[in-house]
Amino acid sequence: MAKDIPLKIETHDFSFYYGAKQALHNITIGIPERRVTAFIGPSGCGKSTFLRSINRMNDLIDGTRTDGHMVVDGIDVYSKEVDVVTLRRRIGMVFQKSIPFPKSIYENITYGLTLNDSVSKSDLDSIVESCLRKAALWDEVKDRLNNSALGLSGGQQQRLCIARAVAINPDILLMDEPCSALDPISTGKVEELITELKDTYTIVLVTHNMQQAARVSDNTGFFLMGSLIEFDRTRTIFTSPSKKETEDYITGRFG
Amino acid sequence: MSNPFKQTRKRPGEWIMEWSIRLVASASIVMIFLILLFVMREAATLFVSAEATTEATSTPSAGSNMEPESYNPDAPAEAAASEPDVYNPEAEDPTTTQQQGEPGAPGQFIYASKNPKYPEIYNPDTGLLPEDIDVVAEDQAEVDTTRKTSVLSKLTGDQWQPVGDVPKFGVKPLLIGTLKTTTIAILIGAPLGILAALYVAFFAKRRVREVVKPAIELLAGFPSVVIGFFCLVTVASFIQDITGAPYRLNAVVGGIGLALAVIPIVFSIAEDALSAVPKTLREASLALGSTEWQTAYRVMLPAAAPGVFAAVLLGIGRAFGETMIAIMATGNAPLSSFSPLEPARTVAATIGSEMGEVVWGSEHYGVLFFMGVLLFVFSFGLNAVTELYVKKRLIKKFQGQ
Repeated sequence: MAKDIPLKIETHDFSFYYGAKQALHNITIGIPERRVTAFIGPSGCGKSTFLRSINRMNDLIDGTRTDGHMVVDGIDVYSKEVDVVTLRRRIGMVFQKSIPFPKSIYENITYGLTLNDSVSKSDLDSIVESCLRKAALWDEVKDRLNNSALGLSGGQQQRLCIARAVAINPDILLMDEPCSALDPISTGKVEELITELKDTYTIVLVTHNMQQAARVSDNTGFFLMGSLIEFDRTRTIFTSPSKKETEDYITGRFG
Repeated sequence: MSNPFKQTRKRPGEWIMEWSIRLVASASIVMIFLILLFVMREAATLFVSAEATTEATSTPSAGSNMEPESYNPDAPAEAAASEPDVYNPEAEDPTTTQQQGEPGAPGQFIYASKNPKYPEIYNPDTGLLPEDIDVVAEDQAEVDTTRKTSVLSKLTGDQWQPVGDVPKFGVKPLLIGTLKTTTIAILIGAPLGILAALYVAFFAKRRVREVVKPAIELLAGFPSVVIGFFCLVTVASFIQDITGAPYRLNAVVGGIGLALAVIPIVFSIAEDALSAVPKTLREASLALGSTEWQTAYRVMLPAAAPGVFAAVLLGIGRAFGETMIAIMATGNAPLSSFSPLEPARTVAATIGSEMGEVVWGSEHYGVLFFMGVLLFVFSFGLNAVTELYVKKRLIKKFQGQ
């Protein structure tokens, strides 16, 4: 891994428990700034749990607790002085299922913006346009911004969700299998989008699709049974992994 | 060639179940219509005067002879003496009929001078006696023409005095009373119910939810007579203490009582609607850096808007149909006043309290059923308007086109 790139997210012996069950075992990782980092691994290996721990979405689940340190921008996000609302404004998230709000397309984008600040109508208009352009959705929806977002196709909805996450201008973008429910064409568009967005955002991507990880990511981590087995440059992981488990998984011997 | 897709197994049990389900379903629908038909038929006697006259003359004699002595033993003799004056136009003066006391008392001078026996017959405490109505009914033929023309004008009158010498069937004060108490009940009950539903659906910890939810829903099965009693005794005093209202029982007390009945209904239906909103929507909103309250108010509530609206609607239905609480806690005075601190009398309470004592087939009886039809039409209309118009607009407003 390149040493000159500053780290955006660092964890030290980070463990996570759902009640008595330990889902993550002493994860230590450093995720570089403005790069795409992909996590691969079989289902239930803890990669989504890890992703959701970064912006503390797991707080919503009763009976969870963490151990160790999850440091974003030099601050442990699980320390007392961190306000979780402010934290999540800095860390956008795109979910596996596209979940547009039952509002108009326009309101879906402006929702995050108008939560705390009053933004003028003309500013909102320009932000909506730029975000939809970033998400490669503008040309498809510019004539029906006031229509319900529920009327969009699955791929459009997912890109709308990305636009919505981008609209609040976060530093980090967490993507939890953003393409798992999309067809190859929509997947291609989202992947293009990820490549474009990495100039501005630190992107952490969880995917089941190893080709996707290979295509879009700079670094790849391999999770197995709640442990981070290997974390390296994507090319290294996919061509000459140092661990046997990684090799087995990548070559399709299990998982 | 034999048919390869022939039914190989008979399923008589399934056939029977299927048809009995169909039968029960259609029977319940038919039953509702039969109830409506019955109520409408009884109310129709008001407008079909021939039928009304015959029923008024025949039925009461059978019904009222059951216990004539229990009311006022002196009445029959005097009634006979005064019968021609029963429809004396002077009696229309409301002050006269409201007077009580001894014959010849200062307040009674107009009527007493013309008709010295009258005040003894008219007893505002017991109302018009069954015997009197017999007499009136015999006299019906003479006044029938005036009566036919005045059914509508009677119904639209300003006073509800169904058992006066000259009965007055103005439903306006009753409608105003219903409007007053229902409005107060919904203004109190709907926000409380919805906020409680929001709390339980999104804010409460699981353990709290498991206690609070059934507790509020239990209140829905609370006997309304107990709520009425509670309002009569406790809430009434409390409201009088803080407002200094001249009447202990008034529309506010009744409205609070009705609100207690409305809250669990609004709560449980709104809570169901809110819980049915996908959890992922909440996560998506929170991930954008919104607070729990912003999520609840701006995402979850609009997403559940049709369900929450239906909850409020059912609450309104309960509030204006509720009888026992209204009888016990509203003060039951048919006033045409819109002041919330004055007593009110609701349509349902009127039907509930007067139906037991009404003379079968009389005009009063018809009017009570007519108000039953009003209640039905109102709730039916409310639901229809909502279903056809408001809901669509609401969805459009909150959820985009």
